[in-house]
Amino acid sequence: MAQVTLRKIVKEYEGGVQAVKGIDLDIDDHEFVVLVGPSGCGKSTTLRMIAGLEEITSGDIAIGGSIVNDIPPRDRDIAMVFQNYALYPHMTVFENMAFGLTLRKFPKEEIKRRVDNAARILDIGTLLERKPKALSGGQRQRVAMGRAIVRDPKVFLFDEPLSNLDAKLRVQMRTEIKKVHQTVRTTTVYVTHDQVEAMTLADRVVVMNHGVIEQVGPPTELYHHPVTKFVAGFIGSPAMNFIPGRLVNGGAALNVVLPDGITLPVPAERAGRYAAHAGREILFGIRPEHLTEIRPNDHRPHLAAFEAAPEVVEPMGMETLLHFWMQGNEICARVDPATPAEPGVKQTLAADMSQMHLIDPQTEKVL
Amino acid sequence: MADGSAIAAGRVPATAGQPRTGTLKRMARRRSTLAFLMALPLLAVIAGLVIYPFFYAIELSMLNKRMTRFVGIDNFTFLLGRETFQLVIFQSVLFAVTAVIAKALIGFVLAHVLHALPAKGQRKWRGMLLVPWVIPPAVSTLAWWWLFDPSYSAFNWMLAVFGAGPVPWLGDAGWARFAVILVNTWYGAPFFMIMYLAALKSVPDQLYEAAAIDGATGIQKLRYVTLPMMRNIISITVLFSLIVTFANFDIVRILTNGGPQDRTHLFGTYAFQVGIQSGDIPLGAAVSLFMFPLLAVFAVLILRGVNQRTKEGL
Ligand SMILES: Nc1ncnc2c1ncn2[C@@H]1O[C@H](COP(=O)(O)OP(=O)(O)O)[C@@H](O)[C@H]1O
Ligand SMILES: [Mg+2]
Repeated sequence: MAQVTLRKIVKEYEGGVQAVKGIDLDIDDHEFVVLVGPSGCGKSTTLRMIAGLEEITSGDIAIGGSIVNDIPPRDRDIAMVFQNYALYPHMTVFENMAFGLTLRKFPKEEIKRRVDNAARILDIGTLLERKPKALSGGQRQRVAMGRAIVRDPKVFLFDEPLSNLDAKLRVQMRTEIKKVHQTVRTTTVYVTHDQVEAMTLADRVVVMNHGVIEQVGPPTELYHHPVTKFVAGFIGSPAMNFIPGRLVNGGAALNVVLPDGITLPVPAERAGRYAAHAGREILFGIRPEHLTEIRPNDHRPHLAAFEAAPEVVEPMGMETLLHFWMQGNEICARVDPATPAEPGVKQTLAADMSQMHLIDPQTEKVL
Repeated sequence: MADGSAIAAGRVPATAGQPRTGTLKRMARRRSTLAFLMALPLLAVIAGLVIYPFFYAIELSMLNKRMTRFVGIDNFTFLLGRETFQLVIFQSVLFAVTAVIAKALIGFVLAHVLHALPAKGQRKWRGMLLVPWVIPPAVSTLAWWWLFDPSYSAFNWMLAVFGAGPVPWLGDAGWARFAVILVNTWYGAPFFMIMYLAALKSVPDQLYEAAAIDGATGIQKLRYVTLPMMRNIISITVLFSLIVTFANFDIVRILTNGGPQDRTHLFGTYAFQVGIQSGDIPLGAAVSLFMFPLLAVFAVLILRGVNQRTKEGL
């Protein structure tokens, strides 16, 4: 068990492609950190540099306090679970799991004890004599995790381990991984492009984009306090709505003026924060769940009502999604399924202004 | 397409009590029957080119020299009792086993070297390394013969530069055996190389990465990942090469013609000498038939391993 530290890590592939552009990250002992971001943003590259499978162009990586830049993977005391499992097809499940220990010359009884223990945690005790070919996707995934657990390494590395599983199994294995981490408490770095996976698994989420870290923080912090437009739009599903508008000084209070002349008052306690931007173009960001119907006895302060006609109505069961267009910007609202909603019929919606974000359209930073 | 319609037709329930002509039609509709009919032309060719000569050879080998009388297995017992033939058996086994091992090892090393090259250079080197295999062996062996030739030998000339005496490449039994094995290895190694290269390319990189993380050194990766993953290809390539090498004719025929004193004869060349050159066709047929049980044993042993591994899912 150990901390992992990344200092100014740069990875440039031959041909001059910078996949990772100088990232800093501190991962604590026992922590479960998820790297999340769109495909091609450099998540795998970062993980593979921690593993030692990819050379670092510049910067330092330390595991458990010592710099490992030039140490080969086998001496880093890490274990990795690959997207396509990478099980040895000619070995049985037992041999697959025992391989790392056999190479390290562990005594036979110790190997057996550890494999049995891991098999018990993962519930694969009955599969030990099978070859990988005779296993289902979910079972292979468990064996791959078992191979990591038996090693009792300093760090677990996961590279999109659930991407090859069907949706149902993915949710099930997600829970499984969380359970395993709560049992073995090994420091874990987990890569995924799925923000739901990131939010549900992580102690802290690292959002990456184009080879840089956009934001690091616990899931709820990323959700409530994104620092860039990218994070605001990436975390949360359906994604946050962005509407270009203008911040206008309306005498006593600041107002957000949107297309179609919709004017929404900025809560008084935020006025100081935005004062300097009065009169400028801004991007108004609000999540669908903060764009609702007007509820009777709604005690949320800072509700601002406006009219809109949905073009598409999507009943989801526990909620209904309304899609409407505001001068070319698609907006999504989440309303109670009991709300009467017809395509093309105007209705009143409420924006919870205490949950909105204003974004500088130039820097794309959240103000 | 024909297959598809056959399946569709197969689903139609056969009506009971159809006239006898219907039975034939039904049989023709069945998938296996159709497959057999379509493979028939090929089977006929195989029968004509392989099975007929094989049985004809068996028939020939049981006749006397003038092919007038049936002599049973006399030709075989005669051959086994003859010292030259015992030598031929020994030499054929020595030649095939040594050459196949050499080819397998050299091909393995070459495949690894090629595999490690960056993709750009790889094509060029692969092409060049395949050259020995694509030149007709009769032609390349002639070139080798010149290199070994007592009066013009380029090898001896080079040895002379270092002050080493001339080597009787084709005149001494030991050296002549070495020479034919060398040329056969030179000719056959590229085949192993290309087969192994294909096998190497089919091993997913992630297995090596997993092994590296599991703690394997380069040699351990070779031993625990590469070799097990290549076992089937190695077995099949070795079997195939054993058969071809055992039956080799042209290299020995051109380089040494079996000499000196029959010390490089193989089944093929000896059968030719006995059967065609000395005019005892039944005896020649008997010589070549001796290859059959030997190869059958090899084939059974190797294919059994391959089968077993395929069943285990490799
Ligand atoms: N071996 C490589 N050679 C060149 N470019 C690469 C290589 N591997 C990845 N890249 C590039 O680096 C970027 C980041 O890749 P990667 O880390 O795999 O992204 P992801 O976040 O999807 O895991 C991508 O633009 C990819 O094209
Ligand atoms: Mg990736």
